[in-house]
Amino acid sequence: METSRGEVARFQYSSDQSLLVYFNEQVEQKKTGGAKALPLQSRITLRANENVRRLLRLLELEPVPGVRNLHPAYCSLLVKFDAIRMRHEEVEGILRKYLERLKEVKLPEPRRVEIPVCYGAEFGPDLAEVCMLHGMTEARAIELHASVEYVVYFLGFVPGFAYLGELPEELVVPRLAAPRKRVPAGSVGIAGNQTGVYPFATPGGWRLLGCTPFKMFRADSNGLSLLSIGDRVRFTPISRERFATLESA
Amino acid sequence: MSVIKVLEPGLFTTVQDLGREGYGPLGVSPSGAADAVSLRIGNRLLGNAEGEAGLEMTLLGGTFAFPEGAVLALAGSDLGATLEGKPVEMWTPFEAKSKQVLRFGPTRSGARCYLCVRGGIEVQFFLDSASTHILSGLGGHKGRALKKGDVLTIGLANRNEQKITGKNACSTRGAGTVCKRRLSARTLKELQPRKVLRVTPGPQSGWFSEATKKIFYESTYRVAEESNRMGIRLQGGVIPALAGGEMISEGVSLGAVQVPEGGQPIILFVEQQTTGGYPKIANVISADFHSLGQLRPRDEIRFERVEWDTARTLLAKQEKLLASEELMREL
Repeated sequence: METSRGEVARFQYSSDQSLLVYFNEQVEQKKTGGAKALPLQSRITLRANENVRRLLRLLELEPVPGVRNLHPAYCSLLVKFDAIRMRHEEVEGILRKYLERLKEVKLPEPRRVEIPVCYGAEFGPDLAEVCMLHGMTEARAIELHASVEYVVYFLGFVPGFAYLGELPEELVVPRLAAPRKRVPAGSVGIAGNQTGVYPFATPGGWRLLGCTPFKMFRADSNGLSLLSIGDRVRFTPISRERFATLESA
Repeated sequence: MSVIKVLEPGLFTTVQDLGREGYGPLGVSPSGAADAVSLRIGNRLLGNAEGEAGLEMTLLGGTFAFPEGAVLALAGSDLGATLEGKPVEMWTPFEAKSKQVLRFGPTRSGARCYLCVRGGIEVQFFLDSASTHILSGLGGHKGRALKKGDVLTIGLANRNEQKITGKNACSTRGAGTVCKRRLSARTLKELQPRKVLRVTPGPQSGWFSEATKKIFYESTYRVAEESNRMGIRLQGGVIPALAGGEMISEGVSLGAVQVPEGGQPIILFVEQQTTGGYPKIANVISADFHSLGQLRPRDEIRFERVEWDTARTLLAKQEKLLASEELMREL
């Protein structure tokens, strides 16, 4: 079978060399416009994400021979394996044993990281529009964005890109209809109920509120990525002058 | 120390090995050769470990000089290579003598040609691999495509040394000795890049209606110009958007066929994003990954659904062929 439902998790083949483990909090997708309802969708919850982090931690502490890569996300973990050595069923069987032990996994004490951000103007070209959409002042939007301690749900998309949540509800906006071809490195964006920092100049569809002078991913440092899965993050507003000072430091 | 001098880089030439696997939790995709099968064979022809770094040239090759000489092999697409004006044969080792110039032109078949060198190309490893990751500017030679005037170091020994035994082993008969061997015609035929890509269902395959899947499997898609090592963009039968809006981002696998708004599929490739929020209708099977690496803009492709067991069998067969004694023929 391609899918099966467990108590805690659901398995789904992703390719001939990978499978996805979904941590549920399953919700039936609402019917829209008479279309067929989509199958079970996972909802982003901290609990599901903690289970992702627990399984990731366990797989890092006790690697499974033949498992080659792991891609954690909000409420799922993609497990890539050596398809010459293993079949999906075997990987699933091993993972089920790991899942039984999730409760005993201790997650490391979260690191607390402060990221300075210069908001608005050329640093955050979408701040004005976001404020307009919500009928609030820029000062209020900045205050809201910097008011929350965010959780790093996972790193994905590109090296060192941390998906942070959850954004205060008052700030939630859809992503840009047409993504930018190039978002400058360090840009701080929002999309839906998530926020994040672009580590590299890449294409991107998130609305940009500001920019940090911090390097999010370096090839030369030991940690590589400034943020790790499970970290807690706060954004601190800084002035244009402070940005320049920190950037040249 | 032997070097390769880049007289002309070609359209897009990068240092690639078999990639860095295992850094998904950092958001780092493996990268590595777009046609790993060709790189592996190129290295095997030279007696290198199959994962040594080589140069991946795209569509239009460069011009290179070897001041101290080098033993080389070309694998993948035919870029009309000449050594001092004389045509060079693909899939068999050859020697470039001191100061001889190796020149490539536009492709005559496929998209990528690998220039492999005995000893491999030596660059500083980033996360266990010599592969260039263009988007992040990491790995390879200064994290970028080669430029005119670049100088690359040829390795002294096989860093990733594996025990190579049997007929495929290239005994070290001293530098400059060219092994008399070539890829067997049968192997070449079996590994011929395909235009009908075999796929297994993607994780959201069940979200698409039968009518939609029919469009996907019956359409001929054209490879778009904007395709690159991150993704192969297709133009053709439009896949209707799914009701229900954006899905929650999840890990994506190599070769995933994702359907963004607009309904033109994108195949995620070696420098793929590690996670994504578009539904995946299908996934190219591992045995056809090397075919993806040889797709050119404007090529026309189709998708063919296969069973999970077929995908496994085809991969096992390919690996068996790559490991077999009949892979190469001693001359």
